[in-house]
Amino acid sequence: MSDLLRRFNESAKGKILTVQEYFSLAWKSLRFIFARPFYGQDLVQQMEEIGVKSLGIVLLTGLFTGMVLALQSSVQLRTFGATMYIGRLVSASMIRELGPVLAGLMVAGRVGSGIAAQLGSMRVTEQIDALNTLGTDPIKKLATPRVLAALLMLPVLTIINNVIGIIGGNIISSFVVRIPTSLYWRTVLQQIAADGFVLRYVPNDFVMGLTKPFVFGGLIAITACYFGLNTTGGTEGVGQATTRTVVSSSILILVVDYFLTQLLLSVLSYG
Amino acid sequence: MADSRPDLQRRVDDTKRNSVRRAIRTELASDTPDERGNGGPGRAPAKATSVVELQSVSLAFDVPVLEDVSFVVQPGETVAVVGESGTGKSTILKLLLRLLVPDSGHVCIDGQDITDLSFDEALLVRQKMGMVFQGAALFDSMTVFENVAYPVREHTEMGEEEIEERVREKLQFVDLDPDRVMDQYPAELSGGMRKRVGIARGMANNPKIMLYDEPTSGLDPLTTNTITRLIAKLQRELGVTSVVVSHDMTSVSRMSSKIVLLHDRHAIFFGTPEEMMAQDNSYIRDFIGAL
Repeated sequence: MSDLLRRFNESAKGKILTVQEYFSLAWKSLRFIFARPFYGQDLVQQMEEIGVKSLGIVLLTGLFTGMVLALQSSVQLRTFGATMYIGRLVSASMIRELGPVLAGLMVAGRVGSGIAAQLGSMRVTEQIDALNTLGTDPIKKLATPRVLAALLMLPVLTIINNVIGIIGGNIISSFVVRIPTSLYWRTVLQQIAADGFVLRYVPNDFVMGLTKPFVFGGLIAITACYFGLNTTGGTEGVGQATTRTVVSSSILILVVDYFLTQLLLSVLSYG
Repeated sequence: MADSRPDLQRRVDDTKRNSVRRAIRTELASDTPDERGNGGPGRAPAKATSVVELQSVSLAFDVPVLEDVSFVVQPGETVAVVGESGTGKSTILKLLLRLLVPDSGHVCIDGQDITDLSFDEALLVRQKMGMVFQGAALFDSMTVFENVAYPVREHTEMGEEEIEERVREKLQFVDLDPDRVMDQYPAELSGGMRKRVGIARGMANNPKIMLYDEPTSGLDPLTTNTITRLIAKLQRELGVTSVVVSHDMTSVSRMSSKIVLLHDRHAIFFGTPEEMMAQDNSYIRDFIGAL
């Protein structure tokens, strides 16, 4: 019994330590955004890696998500004779939920795994130790540019994802459901206006739709840096770090999305 | 046949032991005091202030790794830390770089106790040291030029021309042709070349202290020779103080002024190579013989 308790105690301590280290890394990498020296070149490189190179998968995901949304909602709406509201449904779903979450999941898979693998290999080949011995803080040099690049690029990717998703919905509603394009876009805009505004001009949907990817970007990069920088056990460890990054950041995105939605719904005055 | 095997083994052991002794004696005889730096092992150091000092250092992870380990490195000396694999040799380098903090005891670098420094203060102390890693640990996303230039860019305000000049000078010092290797990536270099670039990067900011982790492991005899010669040259020409972790006794005897032997978590010997040869302790004799 005492053995069981002891093991439970050890495991609980380990978990708490992990959470503490995670938050410590998050705090440091965010704090270093405003501290000299600035690694501008690394930031631009990471923005390209995270943003530009993810464009392809985000475009594809967005297009097909918008198309399938239009297709599915047309079936449901037809029973009520309300197919003209497809635009409203596609726009609300894309901007508030599917755009940020799907862009987040895609980037977690593509970029999160890449960051974890790169930092993990650097850890096992002593390159992180080398940075330390050369008087560079590895968090500032490696984590901060990645976190900042993800914070900046994920909202951009999400906007592109939303626009292309709504265009996908437009394609289906025009060619399959036979709704005029002008009507589709009018309902899209109606939906955005119907959900209320912050400061009179900024639609609530935009605030919600851009807060989420900002948070998800940070989550993905910090999780990837955490697992990458703490890699142990050679090449096998690099593989494990990569898998853990993708699994953990995907789950975190979905869980945080729920709580963030709750929070934003109570803060923003919807309807 | 079975009976003769132990005899044969003993003869092989004796031959190895003798060859190491011979190598040490030859080195000692042929080396001028200057070549061995700091006037050779027999002479007292010119300055009494130590550059590197470990005072009764103990460290344990899950099990004890080091217990009550002490040694002192005087300016311009090369001290080799030797011992079997897993005796905490590389741990000593991490302690000196303050990548690890001892459980008890003190580590002093250039007269400063670094045991209780903050992370940022430790980064400053590390600038006094150049480290050469076992696998060179070059940044594989950067070219050779960028690797060697890295510490210069990081800690000085030098212009691009000056940086290039410095990189060329360091690459030439380690016998590499700058024009040929500067634009190459570490993956395109041989093991010996990578190690030399590692040395060039370690010395790029002209540190007072150089630390080497197994500088000759995994290299062919000729390259081993080159690297050993380079380490001795660095000490001889630039008066750099060095700590070398190695188990290559032949190289160690050629380049070091003093040797620390680690065994069973303790430093069981600290002295000159000749003093080591004169030891009666059976483990020390076996250690010299077995290598």
